[in-house]
Amino acid sequence: MTEPPAKPNRKNPLSRTNQPLLPPSARSRKAHGLTLAACVGRFMLQCCGECGKYTYPVRDACPNCLSSNLRFMDAATGGTLISETQIEVTGDPYYRGHVPWRTGLVRLDCGPSAVAHLHGDCGGPGSSLRLSLQLDRAGQAVFFAHPISETPTMENDPQWRELTADPKDRRVLITDGRSPVAVALAKALGKAGAARVFVGVADGWKPCDERQALEAIEGVELVDLDLTSERSVQELAMDIGAKVEILVNTADHVRPAHLFEAGAANSAREVMDHTVMGLMRLAQAFGPVMRSRGADGAAGAVAWVNVLSVHGLSSVPQFGVHSAAHSACQSLSQWLRSELRQGGVRVINAFAGPLDTEWFQAVPPPKVAPKMLADAVVDGLRRGLEDIYVGDVAKDIEARLFDNPKAVEREAGQ
Amino acid sequence: MSVDILGSLSAALAGGTIKVVDLTHILSPDFPVIVMPPELGQSAPFRMERISRYDAGGPAWYWNNLSFGEHTGTHFDAPIHWYTGRNLPLNSVDTLPPADMVAPACVIDCTEQTSKDVDFLFTVANVGAWEKEHGRIPARSWVLLRTDWSKKSGAAYANLQSDGAHTPGPDAEVMRFLVEERGIIGFGTETIGTDAGQAGHFSPPYPAHHYLHGAGRYGLQCLTNLDQLPATGALILAAPLKIQNGSGSPLRVLALVQERSTG
Repeated sequence: MTEPPAKPNRKNPLSRTNQPLLPPSARSRKAHGLTLAACVGRFMLQCCGECGKYTYPVRDACPNCLSSNLRFMDAATGGTLISETQIEVTGDPYYRGHVPWRTGLVRLDCGPSAVAHLHGDCGGPGSSLRLSLQLDRAGQAVFFAHPISETPTMENDPQWRELTADPKDRRVLITDGRSPVAVALAKALGKAGAARVFVGVADGWKPCDERQALEAIEGVELVDLDLTSERSVQELAMDIGAKVEILVNTADHVRPAHLFEAGAANSAREVMDHTVMGLMRLAQAFGPVMRSRGADGAAGAVAWVNVLSVHGLSSVPQFGVHSAAHSACQSLSQWLRSELRQGGVRVINAFAGPLDTEWFQAVPPPKVAPKMLADAVVDGLRRGLEDIYVGDVAKDIEARLFDNPKAVEREAGQ
Repeated sequence: MSVDILGSLSAALAGGTIKVVDLTHILSPDFPVIVMPPELGQSAPFRMERISRYDAGGPAWYWNNLSFGEHTGTHFDAPIHWYTGRNLPLNSVDTLPPADMVAPACVIDCTEQTSKDVDFLFTVANVGAWEKEHGRIPARSWVLLRTDWSKKSGAAYANLQSDGAHTPGPDAEVMRFLVEERGIIGFGTETIGTDAGQAGHFSPPYPAHHYLHGAGRYGLQCLTNLDQLPATGALILAAPLKIQNGSGSPLRVLALVQERSTG
C-alpha cells in the first residue's frame, strides 16, 4: 500500500531549489501516435489493418504480415507483469533525482510486450495489471502499470504523481473569479485536496456576485487580478507567483458581434484583450516562475490549465469573435506548452461546449454545467491529460474534426 | 489698456498670492469607469503597457503605450457626446473654442446633503440658496457641484447596486435652469458622470447631458480638490486633448485661486 504522504514541509529557505530536468524525450514521428492517445487519456497501439494484430514498439510495417497498414487503435488495457526492475542507480540526470524507480516488462493482453513504469502497489511477476499511456515530464508518452483493483491512497504513489498533476497539496490560482465556472472549480479543487485556492477578481470596485460563494469555500483566498492590465497581472505574480503550482485560466469574455457590424472591432478587441492578451500577460508574469519550480519538492509546479471554447477549434458564425479569440488562445497555448515543458510543467487545454450561462442563452441544450467542467478539469489534472473535451458538443466536434474538419466547418451554424 | 494683467498674474503666481489647485485624479487602471449593460459597447478603462524601461526594448529610455476611452478618469464632455448636441457647430473637442477652456467657476457646496443621502438631487432651490449668499451665477461660468465624492474610492466611489449606480447629481429642472436662465458654460462634478447615478430614470433621461450638450455647453467629471476652491472667484483651465471629432477626453483640470487677504 502506498504510504499516505505527510503534508509537504515548508521549504528550507537555505536550500537551493532543484533545477527541473526532463526524462529522455527522443521519439520517432510515428511514435507520436502514442502521444496523441496519452494526451486524451486513451490507450492506443498500432494495429494491423490486414492481419488485425497489435504491435509495439511503433513500426512502419506489421511484424506479423509485413503490411504497412498500421493504424493506432484503442486496445485492451490489461496486462501481466513478466519481470520487474527497481532502478537504484542510473546515469540519467532526471531519474537520478527520483530513484528508486520501479519498472517492469509487461505482456499486454492485446499481444505485444512493453516496458512500463510500475505503480508501487503492483504485485510481483505474474500479477495482473491495468495499463495506461501517460505523458511524462518531457511531454512524451510512456506506459504506466496500475494495480487491477484500487488500493488506499494509491493516488499518492510518487511515480504516479510524477506523471500527473494531482491538485492534492498544491496551491492553485483560478484567474477569473467572475467566470461562471469559478465557484464550481474552487469547490472541486478544494475537494481534491488543494492546499490553497487563490481566486483572482478584477475591478474590485464593481459588485461581484460570486464573491460570497467563493469566500465561503474553505481554502479560498481572493486576490486582485485583472487580466486586461499588465500591471495587475505582474503585481500578483510578484506576490504569489512562487506559490502557484497549478494555474487555471478561466478568462473568457463572450460578447455578441457581427463581422460586418460597425462596432465589431471594439467588441473583438475587448474579447481579444481579455482572452488572448490576458493569456499572454499571464504567461509573461507566471510562466517563468512556474517553469523554474517544476522540480520544487513533492508539490512543485505541475500544470497550467486553459479553459477554452471548443469553437476555437472550428468557428461558429454566431460566436465568431469568441471562436477567433479561443482559436488564438489555443495557438498561444501550444507556444506556452513548449516553453513550460522545459520545466516539466504541462499545459492542459479543456475544450468546452457552450456553457449553461447567460451569454449562451439562445443556444439549445446540451450545454455544459459549471460543475461538469470543474470535475473534468480536476479529472484531467489527476490523470495527467493534455486535451480535455467537456460536454457532448465538444466531444462531438472533437470526433468530427478527427474525421472531416471541412464537414464541421460547413455545418457550423446551420 | 496699459495695465499688464498677465504680468501681474505671473507675479501673483510666483509670489503665491494666486495658487494653482489641481482638480485632477491620477489616471490609473484602478479608477472606476462608467459601466454600461454588458451587451452594449463599453468604454475602455485606462491601461498602460510598457514599451521600454532602460532595457532591451530601449536601453536609455522609459515610455509606455496607453489606451483608454474618451470618457476615462477626470474628463471633459463635448457637446457632440450627446445626441442633443450632435448637429451644433464646434461641438467636438478639436473644434472647441480655446477661449472656452478658461472660465470662472461657482462652487456650490452640497457636502452636508450628500453625506446623508447618496442619491441627493441638486435642485433649483439649492441654486437659489447659494445665490442668496454669493450673488447671481454669472453667464459663461462653470458650476461645480461639490459633494466630496472624490474622497471615496473603489466600490464606494462607483457605488454600483443591483439597480444601478447611486451617486448624487442634478435633477432635470436645475440643469434646464442653469443652461437657459443662467447661461453657464458647463457643469462639473466629482462623480463618474455629470448626471446622478439614477439619472437614466429621470425625464428627460440624463438631464445634465441632455441640456448641457443640447445648448453647446460642456461637462467635467471625476473632479477632485473642489474643497480647496472658494465659492466664487476661481478660474478654471480645462483644455481637453485635440482629438479629431472627439466626444471628450481625459485632461488636467487646473484652478487658479487667489489667496484671501486677511489684512
